[in-house]
Amino acid sequence: MRRELIKFALFAAVALAVPATIKGGYLLNVLVFVGINTMLAVALNLLLGFAGQISLGQAAFYGLGAYLSGILTTTYGWNPWTAMAVAAMAVGLLAFVIGFPILKLKGHYLAMATLGFGIIIYIVLNEYVDVTGGPSGFSGVPGLGIGNLHFDSDLKSYYLVWTMALLVMLLAVNLTQSRIGRALRAIHDSEVAARVLGVNARLLKVQVFTCSAVISCLAGSLYAHTVTFISPSTFGFHFSVELLTMVIIGGLGSIYGSCLGAALLTLLPEFLRTFQDYDIVVYGLLLIVMTMFLPGGLVQGFEMLWAGIRRLWPGRAGQDA
Amino acid sequence: MRRLAATWMVICFVLSAGAALAEPLRIGALFSVTGPAAFLGEPEKNTLEMLVKEINAKGGVKGQPVEAVIYDTTGDPTKAVQLATKLIKDDKVVAIIGPSTTGETMAVKPVTEKEQIPLVSCAAGIKITDPVNAWTFKTPANDHIAGEKILNYAVSKGQKNFALLTVSDGFGASGREQLKALLAKKGLALVADETFGPKDTDMTAQLTKIRAANPDAIICWGTNPGPAVVTRNVKQLGIKTPLYMSHGVASKKYIELAGVDAAEGVMLPAGKLAVFDKLPETDPQAKLLKEYDAAYRKAYGVEASTFGGYAYDAFQLIIGAVQKNGAGAEQLRSGLEQASKMVGVSGSFTMSSSDHNGLDLSAFEMVRITAGDWAIIQ
Repeated sequence: MRRELIKFALFAAVALAVPATIKGGYLLNVLVFVGINTMLAVALNLLLGFAGQISLGQAAFYGLGAYLSGILTTTYGWNPWTAMAVAAMAVGLLAFVIGFPILKLKGHYLAMATLGFGIIIYIVLNEYVDVTGGPSGFSGVPGLGIGNLHFDSDLKSYYLVWTMALLVMLLAVNLTQSRIGRALRAIHDSEVAARVLGVNARLLKVQVFTCSAVISCLAGSLYAHTVTFISPSTFGFHFSVELLTMVIIGGLGSIYGSCLGAALLTLLPEFLRTFQDYDIVVYGLLLIVMTMFLPGGLVQGFEMLWAGIRRLWPGRAGQDA
Repeated sequence: MRRLAATWMVICFVLSAGAALAEPLRIGALFSVTGPAAFLGEPEKNTLEMLVKEINAKGGVKGQPVEAVIYDTTGDPTKAVQLATKLIKDDKVVAIIGPSTTGETMAVKPVTEKEQIPLVSCAAGIKITDPVNAWTFKTPANDHIAGEKILNYAVSKGQKNFALLTVSDGFGASGREQLKALLAKKGLALVADETFGPKDTDMTAQLTKIRAANPDAIICWGTNPGPAVVTRNVKQLGIKTPLYMSHGVASKKYIELAGVDAAEGVMLPAGKLAVFDKLPETDPQAKLLKEYDAAYRKAYGVEASTFGGYAYDAFQLIIGAVQKNGAGAEQLRSGLEQASKMVGVSGSFTMSSSDHNGLDLSAFEMVRITAGDWAIIQ
């Protein structure tokens, strides 16, 4: 556990030092979204990577968070932080309630059920025009602030979003190192065996589903307040799949992998712009190459690299001697 | 291990590729060139590239070459916001053309307003310029202008009771809202108000209800393929009530989808580009439209579309403002606001501090479909 905490502290230090090394501007803006996507990917990874339960409806929780925050603050004039907390509680409750019937399903059926949930929410956001503004979106969401500090620049947003993202990662690291984390992995490997050993699999699955939904909802609130405009197209099925790609490319069951996946999938298209019209082809090829050669995700690549360096090290030491 | 090294090498190579840029007058553009709104973004991008080539061949603006920095938003508002930031902070553009859709424009608007960069949107939503913000403009005509064109014509034919049939997406929802307001304003009656989904393939149920309400005319508001289905259903049900369509289907594709027979007699307000070869010589836009279509055909081998026209107008407005006032943010902004009777593809623009669209009823022509082609009426 101590090793995990040291690892986390190192990671957090790097993440918080990043803005100092770049000249601001555009990259910083993209890194804010990397932070939001990291929260979402970690949330999905808890569910998919640890408990082994797939969800194709993550974008729905993300969207609910964004819209609840947006509507409560803009239409009803609530304090953004209260709205955020209320949204998280409401979404948590919703996830808890629908979790019991949905998580009874397994494999393809679970994928279908979560997909269906995602589509229902997407349709509601699109069609409930009087409240959500419909397909043309909802604008004028206020920014966040604490006292006199307003998160109105990219740099301030970066620290806000990354503080939240790091807290979520710390929570996830803690969770996976705990008894609950072990129980979740047991469910992943064999639900029957876990139950025989006294793990309340049904409740635990619903709990992790709820936890994942609440984190996604918080990410949605942050999105709404940083972009100040929301429209349903951001929270469609397409985005749920993108999240799934982040988690898998990053490495299933690795918290840092989720962060890497989120960073890669958010940043890569930006760097690929130099390829002009061929960027999508190159993007697709890179994803194929990575899944072919690093099936365990980017994090596996880092581990192999690390192992390689360590193998080289004693050799050199030997030559020196 | 070697495989791993190869993978990382590919990634590193890709990440390190950079682009060098020169020092001309830089105009940014955000178009959804790929994704669901590609039908908007592609002609916009093509048009802009063509215009930049043209103007540079003539020696640029006041001797300065023009460069367009075009990014593909894929129709995603989040990406549009990121790229708008990139255009402003990294590429240091003087103004931004686009984005292509209303959703993206509403997302980008707070950013450009905060950074005080003129934004000339290619999206139609009325929310973009109503209420007016000093830094935000748009080139497509407002939906209510098209609606008013229809109702003015209908009233001149003595029609008083109307049935609405609108698609449930952004375009349809906006049209429905505007038409209802217009009907109320003109003291006309709304006897049926039905909607259909963007992907529905049969509207018989809605049309049966509409027939029971016995309207003088039916107004259908949507983009293909829905309106084509409505047109065919109207024919199949033998409904003789006059049918109006929105400007959203003012392309030959609609007649093709609905079938020449079923589309016969359908009326709609069309942008002048659709009927440029039928305009009288005296129309101020006739010459420009002819030239635009010819140039576009020559460069890309297909006919010019109304959507490309939005980018055409945005570019000309910006160039006009730079020529008049200069390229500083405030100079450009006030220059845009001072545009007067500037003839473009979508119409003749006359902006003011309270009107950042600048188009009026003359932007559209009422047309009737006759033997698979448009015929100007009125």
